[in-house]
Amino acid sequence: MSYLDYIKEKQFPLFTCAGCTHGTVTNTFLRVADELKLDKENTVIVCAIGCAGRIPTFLDFNVLRVTHGRALAFATGVKLSRPDVKVIVFMGDGDAVAIGGNHFIHAARRNIDITAIISHNEIYGMTGGQYAPTTLQGFKATTAPYGMIEPAFDVCELAKGAGSTYVARSDVYHINHLHKVMKNALTHKGFSTLEVITSCPTQFGRRNKMADPIKLVERIRDITVTQTAAEKMSVEELKDKIVIGEFVKTERPELTEIYEEKLGKLRKN
Amino acid sequence: MAKYELLQGNQACALGALKAGVEFCAGYPITPASEVMEILAEKLPETGGRFIQMEDEIAGMGAIIGASVMGKKVLTPTSGPGFDLKQENLAFAAMAEIPCVVVNVQRSGPSTGGATISAQGDLMQAKYGTSGDSPRIVLYPNSVKEIYGTTITAFNLAEKYMTPVILLMDETIGHMRENVCLDEFDNVEIINRKFPDVAPENYHPYEPDETGIVKLAPFANGKGYRYVINGMHHTIDGMPSLTPENIYKTISRINDKVERYKEDIWQWEEQQTEDADIIIFAAGCVSRSASEAVKQLRAAGHKVGLFRPISIWPFPDEPLAKAIKNAKMVLVAEMNRGQLIHKVKEIATDNLKVVPLNIYDGTVIMPEHIIQSIKEAAK
Repeated sequence: MSYLDYIKEKQFPLFTCAGCTHGTVTNTFLRVADELKLDKENTVIVCAIGCAGRIPTFLDFNVLRVTHGRALAFATGVKLSRPDVKVIVFMGDGDAVAIGGNHFIHAARRNIDITAIISHNEIYGMTGGQYAPTTLQGFKATTAPYGMIEPAFDVCELAKGAGSTYVARSDVYHINHLHKVMKNALTHKGFSTLEVITSCPTQFGRRNKMADPIKLVERIRDITVTQTAAEKMSVEELKDKIVIGEFVKTERPELTEIYEEKLGKLRKN
Repeated sequence: MAKYELLQGNQACALGALKAGVEFCAGYPITPASEVMEILAEKLPETGGRFIQMEDEIAGMGAIIGASVMGKKVLTPTSGPGFDLKQENLAFAAMAEIPCVVVNVQRSGPSTGGATISAQGDLMQAKYGTSGDSPRIVLYPNSVKEIYGTTITAFNLAEKYMTPVILLMDETIGHMRENVCLDEFDNVEIINRKFPDVAPENYHPYEPDETGIVKLAPFANGKGYRYVINGMHHTIDGMPSLTPENIYKTISRINDKVERYKEDIWQWEEQQTEDADIIIFAAGCVSRSASEAVKQLRAAGHKVGLFRPISIWPFPDEPLAKAIKNAKMVLVAEMNRGQLIHKVKEIATDNLKVVPLNIYDGTVIMPEHIIQSIKEAAK
């Protein structure tokens, strides 16, 4: 097996714009899938709408691509009805924490064994560059022509608060780190959240004087700091920085296992 | 000896679902439908099924589709405001051809309206509530016993035609208790969706054979059928595609299959229509009052009959046209401001008088309302 066995090569190239780094997330996933020898027969990938939501249709798995924001709701039905199946959900930031925010917090609360991989590019790319709940204050979007005035969501804090038993953040510049935490997220038992900082030169960069894809990735390099480094930094120094690392790694009973333990004995036939 | 039991309408729905083989239910609390999922929450663990109360109605609909994709028979129960929220993923199920049963125990709307107030306001929404053109099978029983049987039919049709099926109820019937005997359903036919009959390498999930019905392999089937299920216009392999050819093929297929098999889907009841000058058209709980009105009017020497659609979508237009062929008047009695009357008018010939009777104050249409309307219209 090689990572190429996990894609439908005939369907390529991807639809994504030149300079888009969602492909880096996909690439890392394929390499991790190969390392873990993921059983594509017994794995279901659920995804929905937006750039991040469409990419999984190119992967050679059982792929369920649903309505905007609802991937985790569908995935809950997939996992609860077939607990033996591995379920992975790919979402964008709008998908996961705007329209799908309610499903996200409840999936985390239930600690259902699903891995949510969330690409955070600060923008609605597919629809033409509107602001996301993750767009930082001051940055421009088609619906924030004078700059974003709302505060941004911290996806990992949200996941933590909601009860996700594995929470990590990485980015497309630190690919070795991304590889490591994606592997940890995919092997974690329970609801795991992996937020990946990605870049959108077409819709985000272009409106914010960073249309050069390389410059956007360099921005990610410059604004991210590791957990270890962050520990030594003051609150002032951490302003406008994004911390990458593993924030939660804990164990809690998993939903389908509790279901079987508490209700399995009621089965009559 | 026949075994009688006192059942509530919503209870009959849950028991009918179990008889049909329901394996998964996800829902969100809403009056007057909650009993359906309360009973399934209790019973499903006993049959090896699964129940989950989701965070909202949208998620309930999403979760059942997820389970159906895994090959399970699924149901979600709701009412008015919840049915509004189901529409988004209902369209997905129609588009991706995923069988599922959605129960809408109708209450008075719009919006919060009245949770325990009976109304027939969702008859058009059940068919036209979603974006785009998509098919809908909508069944509308009028008694506790019929709810049991129709719930089984709803599952059978969903599995047979790979499409969502709506089971509409009135609050009146959902919360009514009747003494029923279910013995006749002991050996009722149970239909399960078909597994692909071609090898995985030749399998194109969205390219059906001459029957026009797709054979979607459950995901993670262990036999090598791997593909994409997608709410976007798609190719025969489920891949996103916006070519005119694929768009046309997808929309045509999902709609044409219901049109093509409508005679198999249609269900209706007629009472004394053969010689009737006046035909009452009524569905759901109103048809119970209409039936009584027919009895009383016949006793008084009037030639009155009843046409009751059980499948309201696809609308049984040909059977209705036949039934009203020699009539002079059709009274359309509905607990709304006039919905199915538009379908009746489409079919009515120029010399047929179509008279509305609409009561939407939360009370149920009674036989005397119907008798009075007929007398007034016949003046």
